[in-house]
Amino acid sequence: MIDRDQVVHVARLARLELGEDEVGALAEELSSILDHVDRLLAVDTDGVEPTTHVVPLENVLRDDVPGEELTPEQALAPAPSVEDGAFLVPSPKTEG
Amino acid sequence: MAGEPLGMLSACATGEAIGSGELDGAECLAFWAERAGDETLNAYLWTGPDDGGQRIAGAPVAVKDIFCTEGLPTTAGSRILDGYAPPFDATAVTRLRAAGLPVLGKTNMDEFAMGSSNENSAYGPVLNPWDRTRVPGGSSGGSAAAVAAGAAPWALGTDTGGSIRQPAALCGIVGLKPTYGAVSRFGMIAFASSLDQCGTFGHSVADAAELLSVVEGLDPRDSTSTGIPGGLSRPTASDLEGITVGVPRNFLEVGVEQGVADRFAEALKTVERLGGTIRDIELPHAELGISAYYVIAPAEASTNLSRYDGVRYGLRVPADDLVEMYERTRGEGFGPEVKRRIMLGTYALSSGYYDQYYGTAQKVRTLIVRDFEAAFSEVDLIATPTTPGVAFELGAKTSDPWSMYLNDLFTVPMSLAGIPAISIPAGLAAPPEGGPQLPVGLQLAAPAFAEQALIESAHALEAAIGFDERPEGGGDS
Repeated sequence: MIDRDQVVHVARLARLELGEDEVGALAEELSSILDHVDRLLAVDTDGVEPTTHVVPLENVLRDDVPGEELTPEQALAPAPSVEDGAFLVPSPKTEG
Repeated sequence: MAGEPLGMLSACATGEAIGSGELDGAECLAFWAERAGDETLNAYLWTGPDDGGQRIAGAPVAVKDIFCTEGLPTTAGSRILDGYAPPFDATAVTRLRAAGLPVLGKTNMDEFAMGSSNENSAYGPVLNPWDRTRVPGGSSGGSAAAVAAGAAPWALGTDTGGSIRQPAALCGIVGLKPTYGAVSRFGMIAFASSLDQCGTFGHSVADAAELLSVVEGLDPRDSTSTGIPGGLSRPTASDLEGITVGVPRNFLEVGVEQGVADRFAEALKTVERLGGTIRDIELPHAELGISAYYVIAPAEASTNLSRYDGVRYGLRVPADDLVEMYERTRGEGFGPEVKRRIMLGTYALSSGYYDQYYGTAQKVRTLIVRDFEAAFSEVDLIATPTTPGVAFELGAKTSDPWSMYLNDLFTVPMSLAGIPAISIPAGLAAPPEGGPQLPVGLQLAAPAFAEQALIESAHALEAAIGFDERPEGGGDS
């Protein structure tokens, strides 16, 4: 039901590098899982509202007052690469 | 209490003994630190302890490695967070420290809490203290095994679809998942945000409830947190007079091992002996829970896990180009089950499939919520076995994801409805293929925020069942 091309497409959407063997395995596994999940499609859900959240809360607000939070140094400390108080990343330019 | 070995003292009693001066807090911590350091089940990823330099007012807590701990390793069982030491504490951990409960160690878990066997940890599986060839359950397997083996007095875990209740059942201890929102999710590494909930493990209902009372509460840092209105007090019930317990017989028809069914039937007799009433109920959509869950949870996970991109923390695999760096970092950093769920979730949310899968799953979730509402108009509690079977052998289900997912058949519906549920030991049973006697869990579920009623009944049942078995050798062997 899910072929290798779809796996490669979805992996690109998810920014996930997969090996050739992983692509094949995932095509099989995802198809098998979706076979089970497809039972949902047989349920009569006409007129049923979706549940996105189980606790009936809305608009939990607070005053916009600055509190004691992390310093820039603390926030940057776990980063793999930093420069001049910012996260350093490779160029976003892509070829082709 | 006096003269009882420290390892056999309940966590509640330990706190009382420290409070009265009968027991020295530092000595208690040293005792448990040695136990934690000596365990050989791979239950801990890091042992400290870390008392934060504060007063010690009670038994130290084993904390699932999904909770951020300031300056201490926090991996969520993933290679992508190898070496990460967060600059802040999760609110649950802040609350432990404020109550004078030191962090004993960080416990092993399925990667990003995705799993039911702990075999998805990047740091190797946890072994079940009852039989080291078997899984402890998951995803909070390290927390459950540590408590069961006597390598921690009590523990924090998280439960998204059964990740506290299932390992508690497989390890023969109590696991308590409160109502969604009871405990802040701030600093609790996100898996599926509409389902994730912090909960507790202990040897008794009273211990699990006491630890929950420490960590629950409204938190300005988590706008979905509510706390438990009225809080929690120590359970005292000794009978079930006036309590009606619903049993969804149709839901329980398929695939329950005989030994589990036998212990469950005995537990229901115990309910009646304590003055409770058993009533058959219907949860017509509960059996669809796993299918709905495996759309909703992966969809939420695929978005939550997009933050692991090699930029702000954790692993980075170098590349010349930004997108290639993302792809290689994530390809190398995530394990097979996490990749599977990211792929499943991304697919379910992708253009053309969103309504078909995610939309439908959320509507089925509504039907499951309504099933519980209807049932709780007739009964006070709902009882099921926690799991369809006892602990299975390592490797037994790794090649078939769906058979692994079915471990959570009876625990997932409560997560989808956001209601509280507890697993307590119901006795021992042998697996169907023969083998050692292994723990069986009884699950009790209650309406949202009815934690006090839940723990009262669980406490009365626990005393009547009288389960006092501990695994031989435990963490000492």
